Amino acid sequence: MYDCLIIGAGVVGAATARELSKYNLKIAVLEKGTEVCQGTSKSNSAIVHGGYDASYGTLKGKLNVRGTRLFEDLSKELNIPFDKCGSLVLAFNDEDEKKLEELYENGQKNGVKGLKIIEKDEILMMEPNVSREVTKALYCSEAGIICPFNATFAFIENAMDNGVELFLDEKVIGIDKGDDAIIVRTEKGIEFQTKILINSAGLYSDEIANLAGDYEFSVNPRRGEYRILDKKVSDIVKHVIFTTPTKAGKGVLVSPTVHGNIIVGPTSDPIEDKEDTRTTDLGINKVDEVALRLVPNLALNETIRVFAGVRASISQGDFLIYESKNIKGILHLGGIDSPGLASSPAIAEEVRDFVAKYINLVKKTDFVKERRAIPHFYDLSDAEKEEILKTNPNYKKIICRCEMITEGEIVEAIHRNAGARTVDGIKRRVRPGSGRCQGGFCGPRVLEILSRELGIPVEEILKESQGSNIVVGRTKGVL
Amino acid sequence: MEYDCIVIGGGPAGLAAAIEAKDNGADKVCIIERDRELGGILNQCIHNGFGLHEFKEELTGPEYAYRFIEEVYKRDIDVYLNTMVMDLSKGKEVVALGEKGLMNFKAKSVVLAMGCRERTAGAIGVKGFRPAGVYNAGMAQRLINMEGYLVGKEVVIYGSGDIGLIMARRMTLEGANVKAVVEIMPHSSGLNRNIHQCLNDFNIPLLLSHKVVEIHGKSRVEGVTIAEVDNKFNEIDGTREYISCDTLLLSVGLIPENELSQKAEVTLDPRTKGALVDSNMQTEIPGVFSCGNVLHVHDIVDFVTRESRIAGRNAARFVRGELNNSKYVDVYAGDKLNYVLPQRIALDDENGALICFRSRKIYRNPTVKIYTDDKLLKEKKYKIIVPSEMIQIPLKSDVIRDVKGSIRVDIEGEEND
Amino acid sequence: MIRDITCIACPLGCEIKVEDTEKGYLITGYTCLRGKDYALQEVTDPRRILTTTVAVEGGVLPLLPVKTDKAIPKDMIFKCMEEINKIKVKAPISLGDVILENILNTGANLVACRNLDVRK
Repeated sequence: MYDCLIIGAGVVGAATARELSKYNLKIAVLEKGTEVCQGTSKSNSAIVHGGYDASYGTLKGKLNVRGTRLFEDLSKELNIPFDKCGSLVLAFNDEDEKKLEELYENGQKNGVKGLKIIEKDEILMMEPNVSREVTKALYCSEAGIICPFNATFAFIENAMDNGVELFLDEKVIGIDKGDDAIIVRTEKGIEFQTKILINSAGLYSDEIANLAGDYEFSVNPRRGEYRILDKKVSDIVKHVIFTTPTKAGKGVLVSPTVHGNIIVGPTSDPIEDKEDTRTTDLGINKVDEVALRLVPNLALNETIRVFAGVRASISQGDFLIYESKNIKGILHLGGIDSPGLASSPAIAEEVRDFVAKYINLVKKTDFVKERRAIPHFYDLSDAEKEEILKTNPNYKKIICRCEMITEGEIVEAIHRNAGARTVDGIKRRVRPGSGRCQGGFCGPRVLEILSRELGIPVEEILKESQGSNIVVGRTKGVL
Repeated sequence: MEYDCIVIGGGPAGLAAAIEAKDNGADKVCIIERDRELGGILNQCIHNGFGLHEFKEELTGPEYAYRFIEEVYKRDIDVYLNTMVMDLSKGKEVVALGEKGLMNFKAKSVVLAMGCRERTAGAIGVKGFRPAGVYNAGMAQRLINMEGYLVGKEVVIYGSGDIGLIMARRMTLEGANVKAVVEIMPHSSGLNRNIHQCLNDFNIPLLLSHKVVEIHGKSRVEGVTIAEVDNKFNEIDGTREYISCDTLLLSVGLIPENELSQKAEVTLDPRTKGALVDSNMQTEIPGVFSCGNVLHVHDIVDFVTRESRIAGRNAARFVRGELNNSKYVDVYAGDKLNYVLPQRIALDDENGALICFRSRKIYRNPTVKIYTDDKLLKEKKYKIIVPSEMIQIPLKSDVIRDVKGSIRVDIEGEEND
Repeated sequence: MIRDITCIACPLGCEIKVEDTEKGYLITGYTCLRGKDYALQEVTDPRRILTTTVAVEGGVLPLLPVKTDKAIPKDMIFKCMEEINKIKVKAPISLGDVILENILNTGANLVACRNLDVRK
């Protein structure tokens, strides 16, 4: 019997697991994917928003501001790549400027620090490459950029360091009220019993809620399409550059990423299928049009990847965090779209407070609050490099030449808690394949390392999901 | 450690440059190679057709490479395998990581011979899903030819460059069903010979003026939608067609890999995406030379060899203090050329210059004319010039010695589809 | 019967016609003698050098690149592939080693295209 079961290992589920792991609780996380961080958490703008956008009085407003603040310490404790680079919302006309005023007022009410409206001269001084048509901008010093993958990995790794169990490839298909426990059944036929159940299933949170007999919300998936640009054009902007938001969302942004690329996007289009992560000409054209209005010299021809993610939006608009009407002890986290990433540590606190209503929370005395990142060998000092080479010869071998990733980093990514099992898992943890060659050179090497370290044949190595095998067989029946 | 000449990259360019540097008096020469053996991409190019110019016979890639590898090992040239150059400074200091750990080298001359990489699905913005089964042709070639893995059974190939054509035949021979080669241009960018022997021999259709508009399949590729395009590469309505397949191989271009060159502040030419070089293959940094696919993408390895010998020889001359040219002029590409190399010619060099260029379009019965101001320095007639085949024209030293102004290279002749 | 052959001898790609007449083959459309010879060969006895790989036991790589040392009849390519796929050679191997003699009586030997050391 678990004290607490969490469905979904996206950034919210992982942050929640980590928060709860501070207490003497028996906790497990169930994830339907082959690895953690395979849903909305893997494909988004990678922004820790300032918190001026979500309306005052909403849960989004409150949790965004709190979450963004929490990330400052968390990023240090857990070694999450996070850069409080600040953001600028650009205005190009009177209407936009009026909107900036509203955002400013709203931000003040939400308690956002470091907000100010700045004039053209100052904008162009801060960001010489934004459009000269700009009239004013809302600057927020608290906004930042983050690695959403490594945020999720850091949370789950640290949670597991503190005793949380993780079950992968476990899709929940039934939730029932037992005599003194909640019973959760998975597709594989495993039954979990728990006192508290947290539904952090993101895009599928409505379906999980339905399993518990709750029908208060349904996810209306909205797709966002993006471009990632080569590191060589990273100098184009230093802050997160937003267009003035509309009802449809925060609109298209142009931003650096923590890895030194430029991200451009997203669109926001309603789709039928929650897994419809297709990119489209229409979508990318829309992104380009707005992006070029913000930053006219943006080198879109330096694109190394186009991708799309899906938001778990709901009609209510706000985060919908509530206890099941049907089964006591179940908490649904519905509608976690933007600013879900920024809010994730604060959502985790909300969950903690919910758990406290049922279980007397006692802090662990042996809680390990720190998590070490996998060192990026290339960025280490010479002395640090020599040190690591002494103990681990795997670091002598560069596997990914675009991002300068060694075999040591890849092997460590595999053997960590909730370690990488797939090619994309390696890519998200330590980045081979995220560079300009997109795995053209390192792909075969990564396959070989995964196969060797996991002890499974290369044919069984997946790109990401079940069925995404990279090779289909051997020639000549060799080996 | 100190070297007279450090050659970065042990593919065909690096091999030829190292041998030539050594033979021309660079005493201490080394090759730094990131892979586990010398030969570079030739090791996976198991098809034949290499060496017609160099050896007057048709060799496979590994055989061609071996002729040079053998020569390297006959000489006192240090070879560092499994070693990656991490940093290169303007002052020719090299930091490498390899079997011996971190190594710091100091070189009197450096030859950049790192080769090129393939353009990706992301770079050309193919839309749709991003499942397993989308590979660059070169990666698939390595997996199939060297590592023994079949990447797919039903294949569509996007791009009719030579690698794509060669892979169509390879996949077919290994039992896959290659359903089509899709090419956005109205003509193939591969050799006739490859179209004939890799596609026609196996009844594989070549769909010219077509593009892949969407990739289907969430986990593994399930198919692609293709469509015909007009002469501006826009999709023509009503021409969409679905082809079911489990693999999409991309052969959509090669890009010189100059990230390291940029660390050493080598200036690049936006057209070639390689270094700006003079006729001695020297970059704007004295003592740093560039050759092969890192300089500009070649279609024939024999030409890589030819060019790399120039780089190696001049690296040795530089070390010996004999590269003292003082008269340079710029070289410009005429309207009909995509680019011309070298970008500068040393007029007072006894070895003259080797002009390389690619045309923008196809020309039948053209004449290549090389001018300085209005004076014709050299002309050469061709039966045909096509963009996919690089042209090399040597200029002897006596032809250029007295040139005053800049040099311009252009094609005279009618365009032809 | 007239066969159309696109010449592969150079980028010119001449469209050569080969007509089977009572007096023998009538070849037109070529620019050079190489083209004429090629077209005739393609019509009478098309041949190809086959390049592929064979499985290797105990080598640094699992595959050895090989080629036929002479061109083989085009219609024998797949039959030869079947034979080649049955072979497994043992490392070490030297470039030029004959892997299979006179493959399917084509008169061509299958030879190794590289050295392959033993895996340590």
